[in-house]
Amino acid sequence: MTDTVVETHGLRKHFGPNLAVADLSIGVRRGEVFGFLGPNGAGKTTSVKMLLGLIPPSSGSGTLLGAPLGDYRARARVGFLPEHFRFHDALTARELLRIHGRLYGMRGPSLERRIDAWLERVNLHEAANRPLKQFSKGMTQRAGLAQALMAEPDVVFLDEPTSGLDPLGRLLVRRLIEEVRARGATVFLNSHLLGEVEATCDRVAFVKRGRTVHEMSLRDAAYSLDVELRIDRTDSETLEGLGRFGTDVRLDDGVVCLRARSEGLVPEIARWLVAQGIGIHGIGSRTRSLEDYFVEIMGEDERPG
Amino acid sequence: MNGILAIAHLTWIEARRRRIVLAAVLCGLGFLVLFGLIVYFNADRAVGTLPNLQRRMVLQTLTIVGLYAVNFLVVALAVMLPVDTLSGEIDSGVIQTLASKPVRRSDIVLGKWMVFWLMIAGYIVLMAGGLVAIMWAFTGFRQQNLVPALALMQLEATVLICLTMAGGVRFTTITNGIVAFAFYAIAFVGGLVEQVGLVAGNAPARYIGTAISLFSPADALWRKATHILMPPFITQVQITPFSGGAVPSAAMVWWGVLFSGVMLAIAVRGFRRRAL
Repeated sequence: MTDTVVETHGLRKHFGPNLAVADLSIGVRRGEVFGFLGPNGAGKTTSVKMLLGLIPPSSGSGTLLGAPLGDYRARARVGFLPEHFRFHDALTARELLRIHGRLYGMRGPSLERRIDAWLERVNLHEAANRPLKQFSKGMTQRAGLAQALMAEPDVVFLDEPTSGLDPLGRLLVRRLIEEVRARGATVFLNSHLLGEVEATCDRVAFVKRGRTVHEMSLRDAAYSLDVELRIDRTDSETLEGLGRFGTDVRLDDGVVCLRARSEGLVPEIARWLVAQGIGIHGIGSRTRSLEDYFVEIMGEDERPG
Repeated sequence: MNGILAIAHLTWIEARRRRIVLAAVLCGLGFLVLFGLIVYFNADRAVGTLPNLQRRMVLQTLTIVGLYAVNFLVVALAVMLPVDTLSGEIDSGVIQTLASKPVRRSDIVLGKWMVFWLMIAGYIVLMAGGLVAIMWAFTGFRQQNLVPALALMQLEATVLICLTMAGGVRFTTITNGIVAFAFYAIAFVGGLVEQVGLVAGNAPARYIGTAISLFSPADALWRKATHILMPPFITQVQITPFSGGAVPSAAMVWWGVLFSGVMLAIAVRGFRRRAL
């Protein structure tokens, strides 16, 4: 069994003259929660739809659970909650799960037991026999989560899964994602809520104008600490010497800035400076958030969508 | 097959919950009640003193007029039922969760098609059967060749269901509805041109009418059905609007079957390639 559940090479999609995805080349491993980040219009949803076979790519190739993209059989092990979660609203929540369960090939008493379990899990048991058109946005989204997860898929695509949920609903989603990861399945998460991505994802990819521009791990985040040094010697020899403690060493308006691996390095930097006979006027450090990375990678030229 | 049946089940629940079935049945029953009242209060008075042959002719014509109205309801239902099933679900995004399941795109189209086809079949049996039963109960008139005629009405509806589903893959709901009804209207006009051409002895008009029927075979199938319903003594004398000599040949029936198959194949192929 391969460890890569999603793999794409130069996946590209254009709608007429409009290029939606320029070059999607990613690999998502089994058992990880993978965040897919980018500003509005970056091509995230189109990318997910290509992975699920909802949109045929214009060029490039890829596999989902080892099968070529678009192979309907592979989708027996895939769950999906779309960004604009719309379902047949004449159905009740129970009927919705029954239909989707049958599409997954489930039937009989075992299907009914699973429906009951999932209605309970997403707190919809009391509303199980009400039509979806009477549901609030949050309730509909929870019903959508249940249909995405009820078959215990090997990979789940969640496109903005908390957009309609209150804080308790968001907590539920976080727990569900943890449960999926705990049983060794993969979550592919599209979200604008960077705090949530930071809290749940193992790894993220940044998409800019339809192109994956950066991938990074959030679990062993290297160089995640910004250090600022106010020292009385800022010549090139000093900057070069500080390079041993981190990367991206630069002089910014009289302040030496560098990116270090961890806070444990800060005392070592201070000791080294003292040993070099360099006077220290101040040392500051700040852990970089995902938002810092996002802004840096997307650049100033990206405008809010 | 599992996918087709699940989609068919979903389509049936939707049609029931949205009261589409109820509305169609109630409107149909309303029509039958009205038709029954007309027959009960007028038919006996109108034909009671007529000789047997003329009496049969009048009752036959009355039955055909009633079936013509039924046919119109069937045509409307055959277009309205599937008109937004694909385009509407694509526009709203509802289709995304279905199409991302382990189900072929063709199963989605075929599951929906199957339910619409069965609903129309049930509707034809209910309405045409009810109408013929009313005529028999109130006047004693027995309609001959009802089954093959109803099969042709079903084929006419099948043409329209398949065409509307093929349109639903590409067009918006409103555009699709306009195209489907225009398609039927063209067929109707084509049939009229053909009949006028026959009566006036105008060969070009007949050819134009036949060509239009080939492009849009729906109305030709209805005309074929009425011809089957009529006893020979009426069709031979050509004295009613329904007994024209320009009766579509058996080849038109096969063309209707082929046309439906091609349209369904276009719907499946188009939906398979459609970006959702």
